Amino acid sequence: MRVALFATCLVDTLVPQVARATAVLLQRLGHEVVVPPGQTCCGQMHVNTGYRREAVPIVANHVRAFAGAEAVVAPSGSCVASIHHQQAMVARRAGETALAEEAEALAARTYELSQFLVDVLGVVDVGAYYPHRVTYHPTCHSLRLLRVGDRPQRLLRAVRGLELVELPGAESCCGFGGTFSVKNADTSTAMLTDKMANVLATHAEVCTAGDASCLMHIGGGLSRMRSGTRTVHLAEILASTEEAVAPDQATAPAVSR
Amino acid sequence: MSHVFLGIPTAPRGVGHLRGDRPFPEAAREALRDGQLRANLGHATSTIRAKRAAVVGELPDWEQLRAAGRAIKAATMARLDEHLLELEARVTERGGTVHWARDAAEANAIVTRLVRDTGADEVVKVKSMATQEIGLNEALEAAGIHAWETDLAELIVQLGEDRPSHILVPAIHKNRAEIREIFLRTMPDVDPHLTDEPRQLAMAARAHLRERFLRAKVAISGANFAVAETGTLAVVESEGNGRMCLTLPQTLITVMGIEKLVPTWRDLEVFLQLLPRSSTGERMNPYTSLWTGVTDGDGPSEFHLVLLDNGRTATLADEVGREVLHCIRCSACLNVCPVYERTGGHAYGSVYPGPIGAVLSPQLTGVEDNASLPYASSLCGACYDVCPVAIDIPSILVHLRAEHVEAQTRLTPEAVAFKALAKAMSNSRLWRTAQKATRLGRLLARGRPILPATLPPPASQWTFSRDLPTPPKETFSEAWAREHRR
Repeated sequence: MRVALFATCLVDTLVPQVARATAVLLQRLGHEVVVPPGQTCCGQMHVNTGYRREAVPIVANHVRAFAGAEAVVAPSGSCVASIHHQQAMVARRAGETALAEEAEALAARTYELSQFLVDVLGVVDVGAYYPHRVTYHPTCHSLRLLRVGDRPQRLLRAVRGLELVELPGAESCCGFGGTFSVKNADTSTAMLTDKMANVLATHAEVCTAGDASCLMHIGGGLSRMRSGTRTVHLAEILASTEEAVAPDQATAPAVSR
Repeated sequence: MSHVFLGIPTAPRGVGHLRGDRPFPEAAREALRDGQLRANLGHATSTIRAKRAAVVGELPDWEQLRAAGRAIKAATMARLDEHLLELEARVTERGGTVHWARDAAEANAIVTRLVRDTGADEVVKVKSMATQEIGLNEALEAAGIHAWETDLAELIVQLGEDRPSHILVPAIHKNRAEIREIFLRTMPDVDPHLTDEPRQLAMAARAHLRERFLRAKVAISGANFAVAETGTLAVVESEGNGRMCLTLPQTLITVMGIEKLVPTWRDLEVFLQLLPRSSTGERMNPYTSLWTGVTDGDGPSEFHLVLLDNGRTATLADEVGREVLHCIRCSACLNVCPVYERTGGHAYGSVYPGPIGAVLSPQLTGVEDNASLPYASSLCGACYDVCPVAIDIPSILVHLRAEHVEAQTRLTPEAVAFKALAKAMSNSRLWRTAQKATRLGRLLARGRPILPATLPPPASQWTFSRDLPTPPKETFSEAWAREHRR
């Protein structure tokens, strides 16, 4: 299959290794990966902060960039959820009916990584090797908007060498919430503290999830506390093999001074 | 020139408890430092959460019940005016009197006059959100009428000169030891050996209230439901105090938000299943009192129903936001909310805290009077999942944020930034340039993997508690383009 990769603005700019891992993984599974050069952002941050009018041209750019794609895959539950639940809505509200319809059609062909692997490609064992103790945080939008269910855990359980430990209070939000993390920084931090306490209680080396944004939040907190536990995106784990532990992946603790 | 439309009135300022005196982030910052509050809330909400999950899990048709609840509410709101007139006609036929109050001030004036007419200088009260919303107790007090709260938790709040912090459990922020202390300090005839054992505390409250029930001539209640086709009012409670208030006094005054009605008796079947399981985690509600007008020789001989608008019609006019009027005040959304669990209810400023409060209060008052509340959520969606009438709270929060942004007449620094960012994100060439600009961060990092913790605002709001990774030398799309250049 020819898969169009939507890197997402955050991954592309700040954690490019996550998009790289997604591409490497899909190629290893025998698929052609294209990265449409016109892509920027899904518009979620604008919509969720109240700038829904300003989000319309961003949605238009997204629809334009991925026009004609057979399947779009993104390593982010949150961005895919926004594509599914918000893009057409903001376009329609702005009176852009044609754009709304195009966005809906594109959303129907857009998948979060674990959904794409399990539901579309029908694979659970992607041939990965990752000899680490790992805990999985189900991000809110993967869990409650996309309903990815236990797909990520099924993928992780099939990884050779990986020991998956259950995260207590897993379904609680980590406190990121986009601009919530700065507009309500204290409450966000209180939520993060409890999430970190649960992560650390597992004694995992790695906390993984399907969203780089939530991982940047949890990882930023763990790093600040000089914890040895690091955050690694699901795609990076699934891309790892005996030959390549992970492409471009920092295996050292998040902070090395 | 035609007429000028001034908009549908919202809840007025200066009366009632729908507005806080400071923005949510500021109030939350203080609440987060209260370790006792955090412990009390964490314990209470996790207990109710588990209870609710267990009893909801027992019902194989829970999702269908939710859908039915949602559908009944949506259909009712679509013809609310007709149903209200029907309710008025039925209540009047059965010997009750209906009063229409456009806002809190009018409702308070009506109730005060009705109590005065009876000659009473005190009333007993059933726990009611509507009367908390309009500040009825304060209005009565100003008129020389004392209101006795009879719900245990509401009594604790009243005796402690505190404010309610939860829709269902107003004293959720207090633990047993704190309640014991309040009782010892404020109840005149309390046993000085009172312990913090729940039964002892309940018995002390019971003894304190019994005398008030027996001597009260006037009771004031809210309503959980009103059935339009029969004119029946319903109050759902679990202590029996409501039953005492609704049956013993000669005069009963009920203050009800106009959105509380259901068209038919049969509709109660759905809500009386949804409500107790969602709110207290009980299979069936312990005391469900239903009454229709007045009945000779049985219960109050005089019944007044005050129908309260106070911003509800304005809310109904908003296509997206009107869904909040479906709320049955179960408080399941508060108990699952990770924000509420940590800040408690007082930080929200309004008597309606938590996720539902964050979408209800700003609509009742107009969004600019509660502008920080729609942002008091990480949009995690747990509230939507548990809502018994499936109110899409996260979508309404997002909608109200936009209403707030679009109501600004002056360009804020945030708006300038978001507009500029939108421009860049709408054009991939501009975006590539903007991405390159983030690399300036590498200069600040001076070779370290994280940026300094002391960045200027708004970045400081992140870095005060979380590290920020140093931007990479090259974005993924740049690297990919370089590798796949033809």
